[in-house]
Amino acid sequence: MKINKKELLFRMARIRKVEETIAEKYSEQEMRCPTHLSIGQELVGAAAGMILQPNDYAVSTHRGHAHYLGKGGDMNAMVAEIYGKVDGCARGRGGSMHLVDQKVGFMGTTAIVGNSIPVGVGLGLSIKMANETRVSAIFLGDGCIEEGVFYESANFSAVQNLPVVFICENNLYSVYSPLAVRQPKGRVINEMVHSLGLKTFVEEGENVEDTYNCMLDAVTFARGRNGPVFIEISAYRWREHCGPNYDNDLAYRTEEEFLDWKARDPLDTYRKSLLETGQISESELCELDEKVCAEVDAAFEFAVNSDFPDNAEAYIDEYAP
Amino acid sequence: MSMPPSKEKAMTFAEAINDAMIEAMTVDDKVFCYGLGVDDPKRIFGTTDDLKERFGSGRVFDVPTAENALMGIGIGAALGGYRPVFVNQRFDFILLAMDQIVNGAAKWRYMFGGQNKVPMVLRAIVGRGWGQGPTHSQCLHSWFAHIPGLKVVMPTSPRDAKGLLLASIFDDNPVIFIEHRWLHNTSGLVPSGDYRVPLGEAEFLREGRDLTIVATSYMNVEALHAMDHLDSQGITADLIDLRCVRPIDWDKISLSVKKTGRLLVLDIGASAVSVASEIVSKVSTDNWSDLTAAPIKICMPDKAQPTSPALTRGFYPDASTIVRKISSLVGKELEWQSLSDKQSWPHDVPGTWFNGPF
Repeated sequence: MKINKKELLFRMARIRKVEETIAEKYSEQEMRCPTHLSIGQELVGAAAGMILQPNDYAVSTHRGHAHYLGKGGDMNAMVAEIYGKVDGCARGRGGSMHLVDQKVGFMGTTAIVGNSIPVGVGLGLSIKMANETRVSAIFLGDGCIEEGVFYESANFSAVQNLPVVFICENNLYSVYSPLAVRQPKGRVINEMVHSLGLKTFVEEGENVEDTYNCMLDAVTFARGRNGPVFIEISAYRWREHCGPNYDNDLAYRTEEEFLDWKARDPLDTYRKSLLETGQISESELCELDEKVCAEVDAAFEFAVNSDFPDNAEAYIDEYAP
Repeated sequence: MSMPPSKEKAMTFAEAINDAMIEAMTVDDKVFCYGLGVDDPKRIFGTTDDLKERFGSGRVFDVPTAENALMGIGIGAALGGYRPVFVNQRFDFILLAMDQIVNGAAKWRYMFGGQNKVPMVLRAIVGRGWGQGPTHSQCLHSWFAHIPGLKVVMPTSPRDAKGLLLASIFDDNPVIFIEHRWLHNTSGLVPSGDYRVPLGEAEFLREGRDLTIVATSYMNVEALHAMDHLDSQGITADLIDLRCVRPIDWDKISLSVKKTGRLLVLDIGASAVSVASEIVSKVSTDNWSDLTAAPIKICMPDKAQPTSPALTRGFYPDASTIVRKISSLVGKELEWQSLSDKQSWPHDVPGTWFNGPF
């Protein structure tokens, strides 16, 4: 399948712009919830969103903005949710860590590491039981690999041959804790998962189109009812674990490491490479940037102008009628 | 919801659970049943008999031992339009699934703004006696009764076992459905067909003057024995089978306490920070002027449960314990020794039918 390259670039740029705008405005104290930015990690959400169909399911984690937006989640509703407004995707009950847009199959992000993994597997089970050709995508990070529920879920999906796509972004850190203190030396996550009975794929996450194609192969495999797949893609979050700032001054990782990853920024390198190879023109890039800015500005305007939920809404919806 | 019963049939509690499962799976092909051993030779004490044969291995299936993921998988399947029934032979094992129960199932609707629902049932079996010991005997329903978003159901009679399980399966919320192992072999008349008992409604098992007894699960059986014994001594009670510990039917409790002025709460769990404590607390606050004596609770000791029969002797409250407490509550000497002497089987089994191992 031919990649819609301009669309892929647009989707990555769009996520970057939202995240940077959140970072810029976070200190205004109007987005009053823990917020985990995906800046530097836009590729996976953007590519997955193009590969997955609108009726495919997806679930994600606390760092879920990119996945939500990539899957087609409503940007206005996301920003309004972070602002705690009634037009937020969860009416202000969830905040940044609880994004949902069921219209596009995005079934929810949750805040406990690993928590949404079995839910995605259960959605996969529902697909199998209904004999459908959808897939269920589960976005997770390297930290999830240390949670017991990951093994339980991967094992079940293999035993039941479910149409589940595990998409693991390995960004090397769980909060401030590096892989070296969390997983044994020499551990290769995708190899270990392969031994659990899943078909595995791995990408460095640097080359945008290679990553896209790898994810496409994986999703196609799962959609063909060949069993669950696991994709490991390297990534790097530029800013602090939670919040809008850079935190290299804390010295849990080096400035050199950060600069090295930043120099290989998938968004920037892809933008340049498309321009240099004549696959996009300067004017098209300007147009793209304007479109992104306009959409993001409109989303923040929407969020700021949206009403807060009535206080009584704190006490409803505990139960379905 | 609750329909007039067309026909009634005598069956055991375990058969009533099985009957409810068959009915639910017949009525709605979105209902499925999974859990360790649901199609094994023992069939979860007979409660899943014939399900695989009737409904096939796509809807009735054995699973890996992975309680936390299996709970989350139920949530996902429920979001995908199904009504999963997740079966656990031992309540203690669902402690491994607390994240999915508390952070997942209970919150999913609320935290996403009320736009979805998680209709699933977690069946879990509690018990006591026969050496179940510290980690195979715990009755931790109060943990779940504490969590907004969950419903917690505890049937006592075979009739309610069926009616409450059907109501739980067709409820659009996550339900923790707790069966006491000592009830599985009790029998009674059970309506046939799609018989449902509304969740959150307690039931008067007896009506009387002198006190209000509120009981959960198996303790209703001991209470009935106690009240039969007291009949000849001129003591009568309202006996309220709570049936659900979230939500609790406060109206019936309050109505009864207004009449009797005395409250005795019987719980199958440990005493501290328990459902029984909550009932005593709320009645003491709301019905203060109605009370003529301080409420009393009878619970399991605030201790881990031992294994040896030598150590469990005297550990479990029974009908004679209840009579003794009623004696102090009503301020009247009551005979209880003959009740204690009457039991012809060991203290650590529910009856002569039970020969272990669990």
